[in-house]
Amino acid sequence: MLTRRKFLSLCAKTTMAVSLSELLLADLDKAVAAKEIKKPTVIWLELGSCTGNTISLDNTASPSVKELFNKVIDLRFHWIFMNAEGTWATDIMRRAAKEKAGEYILVVEGSVVLADGGTWDNIAYENGQLVTGVSVLKDLAPQAKHVIAIGSCAAFGGPAAARPNPSKSVGVQDVLDRQVINTPGCPCHPDWFLGTLYHLINYGVPELDTYNRPKLFYGRLLHDQCQRRAYFEKGIFAQHLGDSWCMFTMGCRGPRTFADCPNREWNGTDNWPVGCNTPCIGCVEPGFPDVSMPFFQRYPDLKLPGFSANLDKAALGLGVITLGGLGVHLGVNLATQRLRKNLTETSLPLSPPGPRTKAQLEGIRTEAGSEDAPAQPEEFRPLPANLQVRRPKKARRTLHK
Amino acid sequence: METRTIIPLTRIHQPLKLELDLEGDLITDCRSSGTLFRGFELMLEGRDPWDAPYFTQRICGICSTAHGVVASLAVEDACKVEITRTAALMRNLIYGADVLQNHLRHFYVLALPDYITSPKTPPFEPQSSYDKRFSKAENDKLVESLWQGIETSRLAHQMLAIYGGKAPHQHGIVPGGASMAPDADRNNRFRGLLKIVLEFVNEHLLPDVELLATKYNDYFKLGRGAGNFLSYGMFPQTGSSNRKYPAGAYLGGKLSDLDISLITEDISHSWFNGPNIQEKPAEAVAVPDKHKAEGYTWLKAPRYDHQVVEMGPLGRMWISGAYRNGTSTMDRLVTRALETKQIAQWMLEWLDEVVPGQSTFTPFEVPESGSGAGFAEAMRGCLGHWVKIENHKIAHYQIITPTAWLFSPKDKTGRRGAVDHSVVGTRVGDKENFTEVGRIVRSYDPCFSCSGHLIQPQGDMKEFRIC
Repeated sequence: MLTRRKFLSLCAKTTMAVSLSELLLADLDKAVAAKEIKKPTVIWLELGSCTGNTISLDNTASPSVKELFNKVIDLRFHWIFMNAEGTWATDIMRRAAKEKAGEYILVVEGSVVLADGGTWDNIAYENGQLVTGVSVLKDLAPQAKHVIAIGSCAAFGGPAAARPNPSKSVGVQDVLDRQVINTPGCPCHPDWFLGTLYHLINYGVPELDTYNRPKLFYGRLLHDQCQRRAYFEKGIFAQHLGDSWCMFTMGCRGPRTFADCPNREWNGTDNWPVGCNTPCIGCVEPGFPDVSMPFFQRYPDLKLPGFSANLDKAALGLGVITLGGLGVHLGVNLATQRLRKNLTETSLPLSPPGPRTKAQLEGIRTEAGSEDAPAQPEEFRPLPANLQVRRPKKARRTLHK
Repeated sequence: METRTIIPLTRIHQPLKLELDLEGDLITDCRSSGTLFRGFELMLEGRDPWDAPYFTQRICGICSTAHGVVASLAVEDACKVEITRTAALMRNLIYGADVLQNHLRHFYVLALPDYITSPKTPPFEPQSSYDKRFSKAENDKLVESLWQGIETSRLAHQMLAIYGGKAPHQHGIVPGGASMAPDADRNNRFRGLLKIVLEFVNEHLLPDVELLATKYNDYFKLGRGAGNFLSYGMFPQTGSSNRKYPAGAYLGGKLSDLDISLITEDISHSWFNGPNIQEKPAEAVAVPDKHKAEGYTWLKAPRYDHQVVEMGPLGRMWISGAYRNGTSTMDRLVTRALETKQIAQWMLEWLDEVVPGQSTFTPFEVPESGSGAGFAEAMRGCLGHWVKIENHKIAHYQIITPTAWLFSPKDKTGRRGAVDHSVVGTRVGDKENFTEVGRIVRSYDPCFSCSGHLIQPQGDMKEFRIC
């Protein structure tokens, strides 16, 4: 079997093109055959969801879905794939949970709907009664070996919990008194989920950040990995969607988003949102989408005691400082001294400064999702009229009439 | 008479609840019901109109691009923006790729397992052995197609991401056009993948559907619809205001032009109360009432000219005149496969039409106020978005999805929705798992992520809509 160290380095280096999972599969296969490890039982629960994370998992290249089902996991319950239906399906889920108590991995997709006692999301019919999603979740979670929340809705409430949150949706960790491993994203990249699963199977819980996201995939600031970082440093900014320059002016949330999209890329292509000439919308972060909207409005300039940074300075080459600051935008409680250190020394050592406790996380969510919150933060303001945007003339001609 | 409740009806996007009344083995009534509600329309109020395409895509993971396209059309209509010809072609390519993905996944992942003996491994196992008619050799071939079908639908999403950034929830379709101008390298990669998909459609999908239609030809008689169809039209054509799939309505054997003003929504059997039993979508004021005695679903009952209408690949091909064989379960599966090939061929044409380097984005300002609407065919039928802008922000947003049309409850005259209609009168041989019912319902490719977006008032009596 791969050593954990080797595995971690693979995760950091591979992209979708050189598939992480491909390297792992043969290894996992051998381990299962040699009975070093058992195929883990997985129960996949879908709550307030768009099914996008299942579709995204379907997009896994290697292992293919075939290999995944046949060789990697023992997927007992997933209502998009299973043949049984109605009470038979529900019985299969309950039986698997009983048989494999303490061993199974519970994967939850979609937000936990709490409106009207959870009855806005009924998922089963038992003993003549409709059963809510939240009650099934609370039944299954305590006996699970691990609980993985896949996608931003399950992790933090996500789009389902967007202001004014009619269905009173919350993330999985909000209703459970146990560790939940979050693999957010809208949708979650198949590598993020499968890599986390592989780590769980072989080495246990991976190192998590303050939002319980595996640092393997969510450990580095997206902005630090962006292919267009050089444009940012030189002050070459997009003026419209569809420009192939730095998307900071178009509202890019890369400076405060922790994900490896620029390296990993999507769907086996060389593309990802910024590569597609649109901004990153920060879909892996708590508070998404409210904290990212309006999507195409430039991020507000940083205002902190004793320090100010704005786009004009960024354009003069102080980008690292500005963006380091923006990266900690959410962490309003962060000590200024530490922030200064990060700002002045480097932009790299940032980890998400977010809250460590459930109560603090709740605070952020309430703030972002409250009905009083303005739809558009007042801090947003138009680009300064004197902003100097430099761009090569030749390239501009080919892009615009 | 006995009543049976089935939830979750699996292999459907999000849960569906079915209540069946039976007399012996005959289904005398069917009440379908959506059981999840999130409320996307109210969430949109007060937000930037530019955000509508990305935000509404989050309604549904399988048909996200359809919402992206229609929301962009609605915002552009409200802001009076014309997109470039190349932009329209790029959107057709991105959206076409998502349709291919959807149709392949529907047939192989959702529909086919009803007819074959699936691989003997979870999540397919345990499975019923009722009414499996394929020989071992045929079954093995179909199982191999199933795995390849999943792989091929992945390639369709790869195509989408070449110009759309990622899938699902792509970034490439934005108000004002498309974000990526075509270039030769990407076109070549796109074409390469498209040819692989088309080859799969020719060599697997069409023969597999043909084999299915031969072995299960009694399903040309089961699950017949009411015979009325509606289509909003799909894929703008260059040099013409028409679309590749024309818009239109087919009622009582007569084809007519589409008239959006004929759409009403009926709330007599929905968990809603309002001053009018039937209301125009734009003026809907009904409020939800989960305890309403006659109610059994959150879905309202959209009607076109007071008629129940069916839609989707069969509806599109019926209205375009390409297919008028019948309105049964098998006709729906057959037209979906035929359409997959048709769209893949159109995509090859569009790839030839796009000229690398041309502008695909038209910058524009959101006006102080305005209103507009976008209509197009989603994979499973008519999708409409209505938007009203005030003070540069969204003041009002409304969505009516195909699943609301198809799975609507009874209206005040007691007419059933399209799906319920086609299930009633079926004789069930399998009272354990209702295999026949599952086959009929899945032929519509339902998606309940889309169906319920109920809005709950926070104290005041705002407008309530469901789509």
